[in-house]
Amino acid sequence: MAYLKFELSAFSLMNLPTREQSGVLIVSVSGRVDHLASEEFSLAIEPILQNCRQGALPVLLDFSGVEYISSAGLRVLMLASRRAKAERGVFAVAALQPLVQEVFAISRFNLIMPCYVSIEAACKVLGS
Amino acid sequence: MKKVVFWGTRGSLPVSLNSRDVREKIVAALSAANGKSFRTPEALNDFVNKLPFSIAGTFGGQSSCVEIVHKGPEHVICDMGSGARVMGQDKIARFGVPNPQTYHIFISHLHWDHLMGFPYFQPMYIPGNRIVIHGCHRELEDAIHQQMSNPNFPVDYSQAGARIEFDIMEPGRTVFVAGLNVTPKRQLHSGDSFGYRFESVDRTVVYSTDSEHRLDDLESHRGFVDFFAKADLVIFDAMYSLAEAVSVKADWGHSSNVVGVELCHAASARRLALFHHEPVHDDKQLGRLLTETRRLEQITRGDNPPLEIYSAYDGLIIEL
Repeated sequence: MAYLKFELSAFSLMNLPTREQSGVLIVSVSGRVDHLASEEFSLAIEPILQNCRQGALPVLLDFSGVEYISSAGLRVLMLASRRAKAERGVFAVAALQPLVQEVFAISRFNLIMPCYVSIEAACKVLGS
Repeated sequence: MKKVVFWGTRGSLPVSLNSRDVREKIVAALSAANGKSFRTPEALNDFVNKLPFSIAGTFGGQSSCVEIVHKGPEHVICDMGSGARVMGQDKIARFGVPNPQTYHIFISHLHWDHLMGFPYFQPMYIPGNRIVIHGCHRELEDAIHQQMSNPNFPVDYSQAGARIEFDIMEPGRTVFVAGLNVTPKRQLHSGDSFGYRFESVDRTVVYSTDSEHRLDDLESHRGFVDFFAKADLVIFDAMYSLAEAVSVKADWGHSSNVVGVELCHAASARRLALFHHEPVHDDKQLGRLLTETRRLEQITRGDNPPLEIYSAYDGLIIEL
Protein backbone atom coordinates (compact mmCIF):
# COMPACT_ATOMS: atom_id res chain seq x y z
CA MET A 1 0.00 0.00 0.00
CA ALA A 2 1.38 3.39 -0.94
CA TYR A 3 0.67 6.52 1.05
CA LEU A 4 0.44 10.03 -0.28
CA LYS A 5 0.14 12.54 2.52
CA PHE A 6 -1.04 16.07 1.96
CA GLU A 7 -1.01 18.84 4.48
CA LEU A 8 -4.45 20.35 4.17
CA SER A 9 -4.30 23.28 6.49
CA ALA A 10 -2.99 24.30 9.85
CA PHE A 11 -5.62 22.16 11.54
CA SER A 12 -6.25 19.22 9.29
CA LEU A 13 -4.36 16.54 7.49
CA MET A 14 -5.58 14.52 4.56
CA ASN A 15 -4.13 11.11 3.86
CA LEU A 16 -4.71 9.61 0.48
CA PRO A 17 -3.61 5.98 0.77
CA THR A 18 -3.87 4.09 -2.49
CA ARG A 19 -4.16 0.39 -3.20
CA GLU A 20 -5.10 -1.84 -6.09
CA GLN A 21 -8.02 -4.20 -5.86
CA SER A 22 -9.51 -6.25 -8.69
CA GLY A 23 -7.86 -4.06 -11.28
CA VAL A 24 -9.09 -0.80 -9.71
CA LEU A 25 -6.92 1.92 -8.14
CA ILE A 26 -8.60 2.69 -4.84
CA VAL A 27 -7.82 6.02 -3.22
CA SER A 28 -8.91 6.46 0.39
CA VAL A 29 -10.10 9.91 1.33
CA SER A 30 -10.87 10.86 4.90
CA GLY A 31 -11.86 13.77 7.11
CA ARG A 32 -13.77 16.91 6.23
CA VAL A 33 -13.58 18.18 2.68
CA ASP A 34 -14.78 21.70 3.40
CA HIS A 35 -14.09 25.02 1.70
CA LEU A 36 -10.67 25.37 3.30
CA ALA A 37 -9.67 21.82 2.44
CA SER A 38 -11.05 21.70 -1.08
CA GLU A 39 -8.02 23.30 -2.71
CA GLU A 40 -5.69 20.89 -0.97
CA PHE A 41 -8.00 18.04 -1.90
CA SER A 42 -7.75 19.15 -5.49
CA LEU A 43 -3.95 19.16 -5.29
CA ALA A 44 -3.99 15.80 -3.56
CA ILE A 45 -5.87 14.02 -6.33
CA GLU A 46 -3.97 15.79 -9.11
CA PRO A 47 -1.19 13.15 -9.50
CA ILE A 48 -3.83 10.43 -9.50
CA LEU A 49 -5.84 12.19 -12.19
CA GLN A 50 -2.80 12.52 -14.40
CA ASN A 51 -2.90 8.78 -14.85
CA CYS A 52 -6.64 8.47 -15.12
CA ARG A 53 -7.03 7.85 -18.82
CA GLN A 54 -8.11 5.25 -21.33
CA GLY A 55 -6.32 1.99 -20.72
CA ALA A 56 -5.16 2.94 -17.21
CA LEU A 57 -6.62 1.53 -14.01
CA PRO A 58 -10.05 2.93 -13.14
CA VAL A 59 -9.80 5.34 -10.18
CA LEU A 60 -12.19 4.82 -7.31
CA LEU A 61 -12.31 7.20 -4.37
CA ASP A 62 -13.12 5.34 -1.17
CA PHE A 63 -15.21 7.88 0.73
CA SER A 64 -15.91 5.70 3.75
CA GLY A 65 -13.71 7.99 5.87
CA VAL A 66 -15.23 11.27 4.68
CA GLU A 67 -17.43 12.83 7.36
CA TYR A 68 -18.45 15.96 5.46
CA ILE A 69 -18.10 17.45 2.02
CA SER A 70 -18.95 21.04 1.11
CA SER A 71 -20.01 22.46 -2.23
CA ALA A 72 -16.40 23.36 -2.96
CA GLY A 73 -15.33 19.77 -2.32
CA LEU A 74 -18.10 18.50 -4.59
CA ARG A 75 -16.92 20.85 -7.29
CA VAL A 76 -13.43 19.33 -7.10
CA LEU A 77 -15.01 15.92 -7.67
CA MET A 78 -17.01 17.20 -10.61
CA LEU A 79 -13.93 18.72 -12.25
CA ALA A 80 -11.96 15.52 -11.67
CA SER A 81 -14.74 13.44 -13.15
CA ARG A 82 -14.99 15.73 -16.17
CA ARG A 83 -11.25 15.58 -16.72
CA ALA A 84 -11.18 11.80 -16.49
CA LYS A 85 -14.06 11.59 -18.94
CA ALA A 86 -12.21 13.80 -21.42
CA GLU A 87 -9.29 11.34 -21.27
CA ARG A 88 -11.71 8.43 -21.49
CA GLY A 89 -10.61 7.33 -18.04
CA VAL A 90 -12.85 5.99 -15.30
CA PHE A 91 -13.36 8.00 -12.11
CA ALA A 92 -15.91 7.16 -9.45
CA VAL A 93 -16.64 7.35 -5.73
CA ALA A 94 -17.82 4.62 -3.40
CA ALA A 95 -18.81 3.81 0.18
CA LEU A 96 -20.26 7.18 1.13
CA GLN A 97 -21.24 7.59 4.76
CA PRO A 98 -25.03 8.03 5.09
CA LEU A 99 -24.88 11.78 5.72
CA VAL A 100 -22.44 12.38 2.88
CA GLN A 101 -24.68 10.26 0.69
CA GLU A 102 -27.55 12.59 1.57
CA VAL A 103 -25.43 15.61 0.59
CA PHE A 104 -24.76 13.94 -2.77
CA ALA A 105 -28.46 13.33 -3.29
CA ILE A 106 -29.59 16.82 -2.24
CA SER A 107 -26.97 18.48 -4.42
CA ARG A 108 -27.87 16.05 -7.25
CA PHE A 109 -24.22 15.04 -7.51
CA ASN A 110 -25.38 11.44 -7.49
CA LEU A 111 -26.76 12.18 -10.96
CA ILE A 112 -23.55 13.49 -12.47
CA MET A 113 -20.94 11.33 -10.71
CA PRO A 114 -20.75 7.56 -10.74
CA CYS A 115 -21.38 6.55 -7.11
CA TYR A 116 -21.27 3.01 -5.74
CA VAL A 117 -22.59 1.66 -2.48
CA SER A 118 -19.39 -0.17 -1.63
CA ILE A 119 -15.86 -0.79 -2.86
CA GLU A 120 -16.83 -4.35 -3.69
CA ALA A 121 -19.84 -3.26 -5.72
CA ALA A 122 -17.70 -0.75 -7.61
CA CYS A 123 -14.93 -3.28 -8.28
CA LYS A 124 -17.46 -5.71 -9.72
CA VAL A 125 -18.48 -3.09 -12.28
CA LEU A 126 -15.20 -1.30 -12.88
CA GLY A 127 -12.62 -4.02 -12.23
CA SER A 128 -11.01 -6.41 -14.63
CA MET B 1 -37.94 46.40 9.87
CA LYS B 2 -41.12 44.50 10.62
CA LYS B 3 -41.65 42.00 7.86
CA VAL B 4 -40.85 40.98 4.32
CA VAL B 5 -43.58 40.43 1.75
CA PHE B 6 -42.86 38.33 -1.32
CA TRP B 7 -44.87 39.53 -4.32
CA GLY B 8 -42.93 37.63 -6.97
CA THR B 9 -40.52 34.75 -6.42
CA ARG B 10 -40.07 33.03 -9.77
CA GLY B 11 -36.83 33.25 -11.73
CA SER B 12 -36.28 34.27 -15.33
CA LEU B 13 -39.85 34.09 -16.59
CA PRO B 14 -43.30 34.33 -15.01
CA VAL B 15 -45.23 31.07 -15.04
CA SER B 16 -48.70 29.98 -14.01
CA LEU B 17 -50.53 26.81 -13.14
CA ASN B 18 -52.49 25.29 -16.00
CA SER B 19 -55.75 23.35 -15.79
CA ARG B 20 -53.93 20.03 -15.51
CA ASP B 21 -51.96 21.31 -12.50
CA VAL B 22 -55.15 22.53 -10.79
CA ARG B 23 -56.92 19.27 -11.49
CA GLU B 24 -54.01 17.34 -10.01
CA LYS B 25 -54.30 19.36 -6.80
CA ILE B 26 -58.04 18.79 -6.58
CA VAL B 27 -57.63 15.06 -7.11
CA ALA B 28 -54.86 14.92 -4.48
CA ALA B 29 -56.97 16.88 -1.96
CA LEU B 30 -60.05 14.71 -2.51
CA SER B 31 -57.93 11.58 -2.25
CA ALA B 32 -56.54 12.84 1.05
CA ALA B 33 -60.08 13.56 2.28
CA ASN B 34 -60.90 9.92 1.56
CA GLY B 35 -64.65 10.35 1.87
CA LYS B 36 -64.58 12.50 5.01
CA SER B 37 -67.44 14.93 5.49
CA PHE B 38 -66.94 18.34 7.04
CA ARG B 39 -69.76 19.72 9.18
CA THR B 40 -68.44 23.28 9.41
CA PRO B 41 -66.32 25.59 7.26
CA GLU B 42 -63.78 25.58 10.13
CA ALA B 43 -63.46 21.81 9.95
CA LEU B 44 -62.93 22.04 6.22
CA ASN B 45 -60.32 24.75 6.68
CA ASP B 46 -58.54 22.69 9.31
CA PHE B 47 -58.35 19.82 6.88
CA VAL B 48 -57.01 22.03 4.09
CA ASN B 49 -54.46 23.57 6.44
CA LYS B 50 -53.04 20.12 7.12
CA LEU B 51 -52.56 19.30 3.45
CA PRO B 52 -49.06 19.67 2.01
CA PHE B 53 -48.44 23.13 0.56
CA SER B 54 -47.92 21.63 -2.89
CA ILE B 55 -51.56 20.43 -2.80
CA ALA B 56 -53.31 23.21 -0.88
CA GLY B 57 -51.27 26.08 -2.28
CA THR B 58 -48.82 27.09 -4.95
CA PHE B 59 -45.46 28.80 -5.01
CA GLY B 60 -46.80 31.09 -7.68
CA GLY B 61 -45.27 32.36 -10.83
CA GLN B 62 -44.66 36.10 -10.66
CA SER B 63 -41.09 37.19 -11.26
CA SER B 64 -38.95 38.93 -8.62
CA CYS B 65 -40.54 41.57 -6.43
CA VAL B 66 -40.02 41.75 -2.67
CA GLU B 67 -41.17 44.37 -0.20
CA ILE B 68 -39.45 45.21 3.06
CA VAL B 69 -41.98 46.65 5.47
CA HIS B 70 -40.57 48.88 8.17
CA LYS B 71 -41.77 51.50 10.58
CA GLY B 72 -41.40 54.51 8.30
CA PRO B 73 -44.04 55.91 5.92
CA GLU B 74 -41.99 55.17 2.78
CA HIS B 75 -42.13 51.89 0.89
CA VAL B 76 -39.00 49.81 0.29
CA ILE B 77 -39.08 47.35 -2.58
CA CYS B 78 -36.55 45.08 -4.28
CA ASP B 79 -36.94 44.62 -8.02
CA MET B 80 -39.84 45.23 -10.33
CA GLY B 81 -40.59 41.81 -11.75
CA SER B 82 -44.14 40.89 -12.68
CA GLY B 83 -45.00 40.67 -8.96
CA ALA B 84 -44.93 44.47 -8.95
CA ARG B 85 -48.32 44.49 -10.69
CA VAL B 86 -49.96 42.69 -7.78
CA MET B 87 -48.12 44.83 -5.27
CA GLY B 88 -49.22 48.02 -7.05
CA GLN B 89 -52.86 46.93 -6.90
CA ASP B 90 -52.47 46.21 -3.20
CA LYS B 91 -50.98 49.66 -2.60
CA ILE B 92 -53.80 51.39 -4.46
CA ALA B 93 -56.38 49.37 -2.53
CA ARG B 94 -54.67 50.13 0.76
CA PHE B 95 -53.77 53.79 0.38
CA GLY B 96 -56.16 55.00 -2.28
CA VAL B 97 -55.38 57.43 -5.03
CA PRO B 98 -55.44 60.86 -3.38
CA ASN B 99 -52.89 59.82 -0.82
CA PRO B 100 -49.37 60.39 -2.19
CA GLN B 101 -46.80 57.75 -1.33
CA THR B 102 -43.05 57.43 -1.74
CA TYR B 103 -41.66 54.20 -3.14
CA HIS B 104 -37.96 53.32 -2.95
CA ILE B 105 -37.21 50.59 -5.45
CA PHE B 106 -33.83 48.81 -5.43
CA ILE B 107 -33.03 47.13 -8.72
CA SER B 108 -30.70 44.13 -8.67
CA HIS B 109 -30.03 44.31 -12.40
CA LEU B 110 -31.63 45.21 -15.70
CA HIS B 111 -32.72 41.85 -17.06
CA TRP B 112 -36.35 41.86 -18.14
CA ASP B 113 -37.68 39.55 -15.44
CA HIS B 114 -36.61 42.15 -12.85
CA LEU B 115 -38.07 45.17 -14.64
CA MET B 116 -41.12 43.90 -16.52
CA GLY B 117 -43.60 44.75 -13.76
CA PHE B 118 -42.79 48.44 -13.68
CA PRO B 119 -45.14 49.50 -16.52
CA TYR B 120 -47.91 47.64 -14.66
CA PHE B 121 -47.12 49.18 -11.28
CA GLN B 122 -50.21 51.40 -10.99
CA PRO B 123 -48.77 53.94 -8.50
CA MET B 124 -46.41 55.14 -11.24
CA TYR B 125 -49.35 56.59 -13.17
CA ILE B 126 -50.72 58.55 -10.24
CA PRO B 127 -49.69 62.18 -9.83
CA GLY B 128 -48.44 62.97 -6.37
CA ASN B 129 -46.61 59.71 -5.89
CA ARG B 130 -42.83 59.76 -5.76
CA ILE B 131 -40.80 56.82 -7.01
CA VAL B 132 -37.05 56.65 -6.41
CA ILE B 133 -35.34 53.92 -8.38
CA HIS B 134 -32.03 52.94 -6.83
CA GLY B 135 -29.44 50.77 -8.51
CA CYS B 136 -25.79 50.44 -9.40
CA HIS B 137 -26.08 50.16 -13.18
CA ARG B 138 -25.24 53.37 -15.03
CA GLU B 139 -27.82 52.40 -17.67
CA LEU B 140 -30.62 52.11 -15.13
CA GLU B 141 -32.65 55.08 -16.32
CA ASP B 142 -32.18 54.19 -20.00
CA ALA B 143 -33.37 50.65 -19.36
CA ILE B 144 -36.57 51.86 -17.68
CA HIS B 145 -37.18 54.37 -20.49
CA GLN B 146 -36.57 51.84 -23.24
CA GLN B 147 -38.93 49.36 -21.69
CA MET B 148 -41.71 51.92 -21.92
CA SER B 149 -41.15 53.13 -25.44
CA ASN B 150 -42.31 52.09 -28.86
CA PRO B 151 -42.30 49.23 -29.92
CA ASN B 152 -41.72 47.63 -26.50
CA PHE B 153 -44.79 48.99 -24.74
CA PRO B 154 -47.86 50.97 -25.79
CA VAL B 155 -47.64 53.54 -22.99
CA ASP B 156 -44.65 55.82 -23.22
CA TYR B 157 -42.55 56.53 -20.15
CA SER B 158 -43.52 60.20 -20.46
CA GLN B 159 -47.07 59.22 -19.44
CA ALA B 160 -45.95 58.42 -15.92
CA GLY B 161 -47.89 60.59 -13.48
CA ALA B 162 -45.64 60.02 -10.51
CA ARG B 163 -42.40 61.88 -9.99
CA ILE B 164 -39.69 59.39 -10.86
CA GLU B 165 -36.11 59.86 -9.70
CA PHE B 166 -33.02 57.75 -10.23
CA ASP B 167 -30.26 57.15 -7.71
CA ILE B 168 -27.08 55.48 -8.90
CA MET B 169 -25.41 53.78 -5.95
CA GLU B 170 -21.82 52.62 -5.50
CA PRO B 171 -21.15 48.98 -4.52
CA GLY B 172 -19.87 48.78 -0.96
CA ARG B 173 -20.99 52.28 -0.08
CA THR B 174 -23.76 52.45 2.51
CA VAL B 175 -26.51 55.00 2.06
CA PHE B 176 -29.35 55.92 4.40
CA VAL B 177 -32.70 55.52 2.64
CA ALA B 178 -36.17 55.53 4.19
CA GLY B 179 -34.74 54.97 7.65
CA LEU B 180 -32.55 52.06 6.61
CA ASN B 181 -28.85 51.69 5.95
CA VAL B 182 -28.55 50.10 2.53
CA THR B 183 -25.32 48.61 1.19
CA PRO B 184 -25.09 47.23 -2.35
CA LYS B 185 -22.71 44.45 -3.34
CA ARG B 186 -21.60 43.46 -6.81
CA GLN B 187 -22.53 39.88 -7.72
CA LEU B 188 -21.49 37.49 -10.46
CA HIS B 189 -24.12 37.60 -13.20
CA SER B 190 -24.15 38.48 -16.87
CA GLY B 191 -23.87 42.28 -17.00
CA ASP B 192 -23.44 42.31 -13.19
CA SER B 193 -26.13 42.16 -10.56
CA PHE B 194 -26.18 43.78 -7.14
CA GLY B 195 -27.33 42.43 -3.83
CA TYR B 196 -28.57 44.78 -1.10
CA ARG B 197 -28.08 44.59 2.64
CA PHE B 198 -30.77 46.51 4.52
CA GLU B 199 -30.09 47.35 8.15
CA SER B 200 -32.28 48.98 10.74
CA VAL B 201 -31.39 49.42 14.39
CA ASP B 202 -32.35 45.87 15.25
CA ARG B 203 -32.90 43.92 12.04
CA THR B 204 -30.97 43.02 8.89
CA VAL B 205 -32.34 41.70 5.61
CA VAL B 206 -30.19 40.73 2.63
CA TYR B 207 -31.61 40.52 -0.88
CA SER B 208 -29.19 38.54 -3.03
CA THR B 209 -30.61 37.21 -6.25
CA ASP B 210 -29.20 36.42 -9.67
CA SER B 211 -25.84 35.71 -8.14
CA GLU B 212 -23.50 32.90 -9.04
CA HIS B 213 -20.93 31.74 -6.50
CA ARG B 214 -17.64 30.38 -7.77
CA LEU B 215 -16.77 27.63 -5.39
CA ASP B 216 -13.03 27.93 -5.91
CA ASP B 217 -13.01 31.62 -5.02
CA LEU B 218 -12.38 31.77 -1.28
CA GLU B 219 -12.10 35.54 -1.24
CA SER B 220 -15.53 35.93 -2.82
CA HIS B 221 -16.91 33.33 -0.39
CA ARG B 222 -15.61 35.38 2.54
CA GLY B 223 -17.04 38.55 1.00
CA PHE B 224 -20.52 37.02 0.92
CA VAL B 225 -20.16 35.64 4.43
CA ASP B 226 -19.53 39.23 5.55
CA PHE B 227 -22.41 40.52 3.43
CA PHE B 228 -24.81 38.00 5.01
CA ALA B 229 -23.34 38.34 8.51
CA LYS B 230 -25.89 37.79 11.27
CA ALA B 231 -28.75 38.68 8.92
CA ASP B 232 -32.27 38.02 10.20
CA LEU B 233 -33.20 36.98 6.69
CA VAL B 234 -31.20 36.21 3.56
CA ILE B 235 -33.20 36.06 0.32
CA PHE B 236 -31.07 33.84 -1.89
CA ASP B 237 -31.00 32.77 -5.51
CA ALA B 238 -31.44 28.99 -5.33
CA MET B 239 -32.51 28.44 -8.91
CA TYR B 240 -30.43 25.36 -9.69
CA SER B 241 -29.21 22.26 -7.96
CA LEU B 242 -25.55 22.47 -7.02
CA ALA B 243 -24.71 19.86 -9.65
CA GLU B 244 -26.33 21.98 -12.36
CA ALA B 245 -24.76 25.21 -11.09
CA VAL B 246 -21.23 23.83 -11.36
CA SER B 247 -21.64 21.79 -14.52
CA VAL B 248 -24.12 22.33 -17.36
CA LYS B 249 -25.33 25.67 -16.00
CA ALA B 250 -21.99 27.04 -14.84
CA ASP B 251 -21.65 30.72 -15.85
CA TRP B 252 -25.42 31.09 -16.14
CA GLY B 253 -25.32 33.44 -13.17
CA HIS B 254 -27.33 31.56 -10.56
CA SER B 255 -26.80 29.57 -7.44
CA SER B 256 -28.16 26.65 -5.42
CA ASN B 257 -29.79 25.75 -2.12
CA VAL B 258 -26.59 24.03 -1.00
CA VAL B 259 -24.48 27.18 -1.34
CA GLY B 260 -27.23 29.22 0.32
CA VAL B 261 -27.15 26.99 3.39
CA GLU B 262 -23.35 27.00 3.54
CA LEU B 263 -23.08 30.78 3.30
CA CYS B 264 -25.85 31.37 5.84
CA HIS B 265 -24.25 28.92 8.28
CA ALA B 266 -20.88 30.58 7.87
CA ALA B 267 -22.50 34.00 8.31
CA SER B 268 -24.60 32.96 11.33
CA ALA B 269 -27.74 34.18 9.57
CA ARG B 270 -31.09 33.36 11.20
CA ARG B 271 -33.29 32.65 8.22
CA LEU B 272 -32.80 31.71 4.59
CA ALA B 273 -35.47 32.17 1.93
CA LEU B 274 -34.88 30.17 -1.25
CA PHE B 275 -35.79 32.49 -4.08
CA HIS B 276 -35.79 32.95 -7.88
CA HIS B 277 -37.28 29.53 -8.50
CA GLU B 278 -36.56 27.70 -11.72
CA PRO B 279 -39.60 28.16 -14.02
CA VAL B 280 -39.74 24.47 -14.94
CA HIS B 281 -40.09 23.38 -11.32
CA ASP B 282 -43.64 22.62 -10.27
CA ASP B 283 -45.03 22.87 -6.74
CA LYS B 284 -44.13 19.29 -5.93
CA GLN B 285 -40.53 19.77 -6.97
CA LEU B 286 -40.23 23.04 -5.05
CA GLY B 287 -41.80 21.42 -2.00
CA ARG B 288 -39.31 18.59 -2.19
CA LEU B 289 -36.46 21.05 -2.58
CA LEU B 290 -37.53 22.80 0.61
CA THR B 291 -37.68 19.52 2.54
CA GLU B 292 -34.25 18.54 1.26
CA THR B 293 -32.78 21.93 2.07
CA ARG B 294 -34.07 21.74 5.64
CA ARG B 295 -32.54 18.31 5.95
CA LEU B 296 -29.24 19.55 4.52
CA GLU B 297 -29.25 22.37 7.05
CA GLN B 298 -29.81 19.89 9.83
CA ILE B 299 -27.05 17.48 8.85
CA THR B 300 -24.44 20.12 8.04
CA ARG B 301 -25.21 22.54 10.89
CA GLY B 302 -22.41 21.38 13.14
CA ASP B 303 -21.95 23.89 15.95
CA ASN B 304 -23.82 26.65 14.09
CA PRO B 305 -27.12 27.88 15.49
CA PRO B 306 -30.16 26.47 13.64
CA LEU B 307 -30.99 28.23 10.41
CA GLU B 308 -34.68 28.58 9.60
CA ILE B 309 -35.34 27.72 5.95
CA TYR B 310 -38.22 29.01 3.83
CA SER B 311 -38.98 28.58 0.21
CA ALA B 312 -40.37 31.92 -0.88
CA TYR B 313 -43.76 31.89 -2.58
CA ASP B 314 -45.92 34.66 -4.00
CA GLY B 315 -47.80 36.04 -1.01
CA LEU B 316 -45.44 34.73 1.68
CA ILE B 317 -44.97 37.13 4.58
CA ILE B 318 -42.03 36.61 6.92
CA GLU B 319 -42.26 38.46 10.22
CA LEU B 320 -38.80 39.52 11.26
